[in-house]
Amino acid sequence: MTNLEKYKYDVVIIGAGGAGLRAAVEARESGLSVAIICKSLFGKAHTVMAEGGAAASMGNVNSGDNWMVHFRDTMRGGKFLNHYRMAELHAKESPDRIWELEVWGALFDRTKEGKISQRNFGGHEYPRLAHVGDRTGLELIRTMQQRIVGLQQQDARDYGDAESHMKVFAELTVTEIIKENGKVAGVYGYWRESGSEVLFEAKSVIIATGGVGKTFKITSNSWEGTGDGHALALKAGANLVDMEFLQFHPTGMVWPPSVRGILVTESVRGEGGILTNNVGERFMFKYIPEVFKNIYADNEAEADRWYLDQDNNRRPPELLPRDEVARAINSEVKAGRGTEHGGVFLDVSKRLSAEVIKKRLPSMWHQFYELAGVDITKEPMEVGPTCHYVMGGVEVEPDTAAAVGVPGLFAAGEVAGGMHGSNRLGGNSLSDLLVFGRRAGMGASEYAKKNDDNPASDASVSAAAARIQAPFSRTGGENAYSLHAELQEVTHNLVGIIRTGVELQEAIEKIAAIRARSANISVSGDRKFNPGFHLAFDLDNMLLVAESTAKSAILREESRGGHTRDDFPGMNNKWRQVNHISSFDGNKVNVKAQALPPIPKELFDLFDVHELEKYMTPEEITKGGSN
Amino acid sequence: MARKLNLRIWRGDSTNGALQDVVVDANEGEVVLDVIHRVQATQMGDLAVRWNCKAGKCGSCSMEINGKPRLACMTQVSAYGDDETITVTPLRAFPVIKDLVTDVSFNYKKAMEIPAYSHPANLKPGEARMEQVDVERSQEFRKCIECFLCQNTCHVIRDHEENKKSFAGPRFFIRIAELDMHPLDTLKNRKKTAQEEHGLGMCNITKCCTEVCPEHIRITDNAIIPMKERVVDEKYDPLRWLGSKIRKREGIV
Repeated sequence: MTNLEKYKYDVVIIGAGGAGLRAAVEARESGLSVAIICKSLFGKAHTVMAEGGAAASMGNVNSGDNWMVHFRDTMRGGKFLNHYRMAELHAKESPDRIWELEVWGALFDRTKEGKISQRNFGGHEYPRLAHVGDRTGLELIRTMQQRIVGLQQQDARDYGDAESHMKVFAELTVTEIIKENGKVAGVYGYWRESGSEVLFEAKSVIIATGGVGKTFKITSNSWEGTGDGHALALKAGANLVDMEFLQFHPTGMVWPPSVRGILVTESVRGEGGILTNNVGERFMFKYIPEVFKNIYADNEAEADRWYLDQDNNRRPPELLPRDEVARAINSEVKAGRGTEHGGVFLDVSKRLSAEVIKKRLPSMWHQFYELAGVDITKEPMEVGPTCHYVMGGVEVEPDTAAAVGVPGLFAAGEVAGGMHGSNRLGGNSLSDLLVFGRRAGMGASEYAKKNDDNPASDASVSAAAARIQAPFSRTGGENAYSLHAELQEVTHNLVGIIRTGVELQEAIEKIAAIRARSANISVSGDRKFNPGFHLAFDLDNMLLVAESTAKSAILREESRGGHTRDDFPGMNNKWRQVNHISSFDGNKVNVKAQALPPIPKELFDLFDVHELEKYMTPEEITKGGSN
Repeated sequence: MARKLNLRIWRGDSTNGALQDVVVDANEGEVVLDVIHRVQATQMGDLAVRWNCKAGKCGSCSMEINGKPRLACMTQVSAYGDDETITVTPLRAFPVIKDLVTDVSFNYKKAMEIPAYSHPANLKPGEARMEQVDVERSQEFRKCIECFLCQNTCHVIRDHEENKKSFAGPRFFIRIAELDMHPLDTLKNRKKTAQEEHGLGMCNITKCCTEVCPEHIRITDNAIIPMKERVVDEKYDPLRWLGSKIRKREGIV
């Protein structure tokens, strides 16, 4: 081990998307040394693909908005399975996180008064999403990327070296979180470029690796969404919570096949786009669930009036939460009312002029024009559901983002669970990663300041190194690309948008079989920038995620948010009291039920009791919140 | 629907390499990155290519396709004739790491040399007020996805390694322009340092960068030329120079 490349930092952050970068800024500003590790080049994280905006109740467009309204919307969107404390912190703190980005140079679109403009989105009662056209995620990433460069420039002035206290390790894959004496000691991984191995010793480690979309065949996620953080956390002894909840975004591209799954932003509907089937019916009016009947328009005239007068009309049903819209599209297509390529039509050309469309939805126009040959200012788009976001994730303490059960480990952003309950509202992801990225940075810094060095042992390092070498020591084994394709077929067909117990059982068996075969993956070529080698490790993570999802899904015998069971249609209030906790015993994922923390009285009282009766049992209502 | 496509791929590393011919299936609507992935999955498991989003939003899959700098994810196979061979090679302005992957660290070094945004000290979070029309000028440059195709095509560095030291390149001229036009940035002399430290003067506005920009940012017309004009004004026009000093003394920006 004498030649091993080694570093020592106070805080190591895995992932350079929005949550990771926000955490890095916080940790560095608290005076600590920080390593940021990412699988891609700096600034390429999946966050750049977020389009619509970041939800924050600044009240710039409608002064009726405040954190309590945002909290209520978030809980409703998640069908009350959210961790109340995360939803509360998120609603309270997101305005400050947006304003802070302006101090770092972000340029959001403006209102007439010169404030940050806010747009409508599904499930949000008021216009709430701070945005930059339809490239808001890119603005967030650039702003924080440049903030980090700014902090490094300050270090260069103070210490003579820009990388003396904070360094970005780009194109480096982490394969292991190392623990000693029951606490985090660092991480181990390899440079993607050379394949050579690296040890980072650190007191705290923050996981900010994003999502799991590449586990599925049709996804809006980039290649990096392979559930690395979910799997690293499981293997380090942390828990995953509610992995059965996956968000299928209702509008992904469906044609041509090569672009299937690419996101079509919800802003298209927020700006007035309507959904129709192949007989020209605006079908969403048929799919307004009971719990939302009083806030969504049940006729076209009122829905159309809402765009001009939001105080006196109910919202169009195209702006229902994503799970509802995705299921509705799925039903229309199944009933034979879909388009030629198995989607439905989404049309914004009849409500907005070509000029306005190109201004407000520039990348959508560009994307359809260049990839599908469709001019969205003149004709409708064809869209259908695509795997977009995982609500489930690492079980954390809401205030510190500390992973439950592993001292020194933290998680923030999409990889953390609990915040969004069974379904995330659009716009709540960008604000989530800012709020909890910062909190993870604070939590990890505090922990690092209180704890002594915890060096990695030779035994741990040797074990991690052996695992990286393994696929090269086999010949004629399985091909990682083929196994990945097989896994995607299984999840798409059996763990997808509509599930049954029988199919989930079949999925669990098939995933286990693929996992057994993956132990025999061999890799051609050498270690130098070898995608086949890289995929072998990504696949291992995806297999654990898929197992956790299927095993959680088979236990939940109801339909709620991003989990729909054909054999158990409808929501069951008893299941609202249950979180599913996944853990890993070294061989397989085990899932157990755990009671949801009860909502405290002051938050309980923010709701009309008649609304809560739709979600809670009579006993809970009588109790009226804890304490 | 599938057809056989002749694909010629440069394979190798910093020491040597060569073009290799493969025949691969191509389906309707596919982009060049799709067929490269098919080659990777079925014929060359260790073929190195960078990519992320496959939707034209991250700027990772930059390469040269039939000699033109392009994003592989936004280049339709159907743009080429049925019998035409498509040749993919790594970006020429940067050192090859392996196959289609190059070392673009030059760009990150340049990014580090441009002073960060500087917010007015007395303006608290939430207090900023800006007109939409004023933010739009900088927003055009903030669309940049950092694919570095403009850097790759710029002949100041494409064929002149020696210029790299003193030339930041089009991507960073728009970064400077973005900050210079930012309604709130307080740092002075951004145009002057563009000229004196980042090599703005070496650009002779052939617009090659604008032509390859996948985001259609008018790099030359909206960033480089306006900065060149004003830096010249300030440099040579004594009246304008005096005027700027007087205004500054009176505290009017």
